[in-house]
Amino acid sequence: MDLIVENFFNLKVLAETAPYLVRGFLVMIELCLIVIPVGLIGGTIVAVLGSYGIPWLRWLLVVYVDLFRSLPPLVLLVFVYQGLPMMGVDIPALGAVVLSFLLNTSAYYGEIIRAGIESIPRGQQEAARSTGMTRIQTLAYIVLPQAIRNVVPDLISNTLEVIKLTSIASVVALPELLRMARLAQGSTYNPTPLIAAAAIYLAVCWPIVRFLSRFERRMTAKA
Amino acid sequence: MSTTSEPILRVEGLHKSFAGVEVLHGVDLAVAPQELVFIIGPSGSGKSTLLRCCNRLEEPTSGRIVVDGTDITARSTDINVVRRGIGMVFQSFNLYPHMSALGNVTLALTKVLGKSRAEATEIGRAALDRVGLLFKEAAFPNELSGGQQQRVAIARALALEPKVMLFDEPTSALDPELVGSVLAVMRDMRLSGMTMIVVSHEMRFARDAADRVVFMDAGRIVEEGPPEQIFTRPQHQRTSTFLEAVGGH
Amino acid sequence: MLARLQENFFNLDVAWRYLPSIGEGMIVTIHLAVLIVFTGLGLGLLLAFLRALQWRVLSWPIVIFADIFRALPPLVVLIIFYFAGPFVGIRMSGFVATWLSLSLALAAFAEEIFWAGILSVGRGQWEAARSTGLRYGQTLGYVVLPQAVRLAIPPLTNRTIAVTKMTALASVVAVEEILANAATAQAYSANTTPLTMAAIAYLVIFVPLVAFSRWIEHRFAWKH
Repeated sequence: MDLIVENFFNLKVLAETAPYLVRGFLVMIELCLIVIPVGLIGGTIVAVLGSYGIPWLRWLLVVYVDLFRSLPPLVLLVFVYQGLPMMGVDIPALGAVVLSFLLNTSAYYGEIIRAGIESIPRGQQEAARSTGMTRIQTLAYIVLPQAIRNVVPDLISNTLEVIKLTSIASVVALPELLRMARLAQGSTYNPTPLIAAAAIYLAVCWPIVRFLSRFERRMTAKA
Repeated sequence: MSTTSEPILRVEGLHKSFAGVEVLHGVDLAVAPQELVFIIGPSGSGKSTLLRCCNRLEEPTSGRIVVDGTDITARSTDINVVRRGIGMVFQSFNLYPHMSALGNVTLALTKVLGKSRAEATEIGRAALDRVGLLFKEAAFPNELSGGQQQRVAIARALALEPKVMLFDEPTSALDPELVGSVLAVMRDMRLSGMTMIVVSHEMRFARDAADRVVFMDAGRIVEEGPPEQIFTRPQHQRTSTFLEAVGGH
Repeated sequence: MLARLQENFFNLDVAWRYLPSIGEGMIVTIHLAVLIVFTGLGLGLLLAFLRALQWRVLSWPIVIFADIFRALPPLVVLIIFYFAGPFVGIRMSGFVATWLSLSLALAAFAEEIFWAGILSVGRGQWEAARSTGLRYGQTLGYVVLPQAVRLAIPPLTNRTIAVTKMTALASVVAVEEILANAATAQAYSANTTPLTMAAIAYLVIFVPLVAFSRWIEHRFAWKH
């Protein structure tokens, strides 16, 4: 028991390494604030193009989505981080993370939003077009707002995955929460900072998990 | 008929409340062996609740229900043993969608009665044959019409050789042209001597096949008697109002 | 430009040299993935069953377990098992740490998905089964769970693919799977071709699974 307190809940180590953890936490938040909007925008583009009714384009996007659903994000990240410099493109760790997240999360968000678009009955589009709205206007004002509202839980669930996924940025030495926790562990020879990092992830993600479970229950109660 | 022999099912002073609201205000009912009792009444009168209390799908708030000498409301009674002896047929069939017609019928035979697979299959086939659906034994519920599904549900209950069968609006969810096939099966069961309690709006069937009609309203039994008495000379104003509304006259 | 691309990403000499190493990595990855699928789904189903028995002493810990392992990044869990474990006397290989951490993550999600499936099986099914004398546990096991599992299959397939893909994280804890072997080869050869090979190796394993999940989604729309 003492061993656990000494190694996992060591307050002295915690106080000493808190500044590292705070910095890591801030980088993690910053990362989320970049990659989540970027992924959502990318996903919307993928979904809109996919629902445009052009067979070859649609097919191409299915290939894109399945490709990135098959490729582990860490492999993609390492590939981008190590590969681009070989082509003479100098890319900082942050750039590699954002680029690989864009490719990966756009595929997932895109698939979700596409399902949302497909759930909107055709009559909605026909009604809008019959009032003289253009295709783009119909999409922007009529279809997308309804489509996105229908898939909010799935979008939140995927966003949770994206937040958790930011931890892999530690592998390319981006100083986010997990990376800083490991550095702190290395310098103090005590794993308390790792436990603290886990607690921070839990504090951020647990409310989202709870919300999703609640929502699920409400949906099944209605059905 | 009810006076000539010991009742097989006796309800005494049954009260039932949902979240503090009482829906059954002391119901007494006795059903003799081989009797067909038909319960009619407006929706919300408590007739389905009464039926569902008889195998404790609803827990009675107070009162006693005795089936074939066993007080099923007693704490010491194993309700699962009692339920083997009481068949129930639901408005929405409730067939198991992941099992064939035969699978639906044999599940309880093997798992509750502990019969061998071969024996269960034999009994299950006989039950399906009784409802005229042996040729559909391998079909899944989604491949059957509503009337066929309900007949499989009846076979599922029959296979356990119950002493009493409860029917909770068995034809209400069916298209009109499918009602006849289910009623024919019920008429057949009646002829073979099954004790049946039926909650339904099929007044024609009640008139033809019931031994006794019970009229319920607002959680109480208002009056009961042979069908021709209830349908042609109702004693209470509420009964005749109801019958006029449903066109039972 | 094109020559440079070929030289650095699709270099046949390098590819030939490291093919055996990537192949060995694939075997380790598949081995890990299969173990995780069985352990994770099995544990998830068991937990959903136990939760459905509605004993408070059992269902509370299950909910807490599922919440924690859905909220924590698998890489964080993996690193704690592997790097923090020894400090309190728990030592495990990178392989076991990966197996354990990803199985727990999959189990947590699977439990939630099965549970949602159980909740969405109608009351009438319970009543019909109980009216024939089946006990609570029998009703759950023979009538409700088979339907719940079927409802759960499409979301479960997607989640299973997402979690098994994360076996690439094992490269962080010195497991010689595809990514680790490719990274080593890349360092030795100063050439990105091994990473290209790694990407292709993952696609070979997972594209059929993703295609399968699409097929299942169309197929398993439940007909009542």
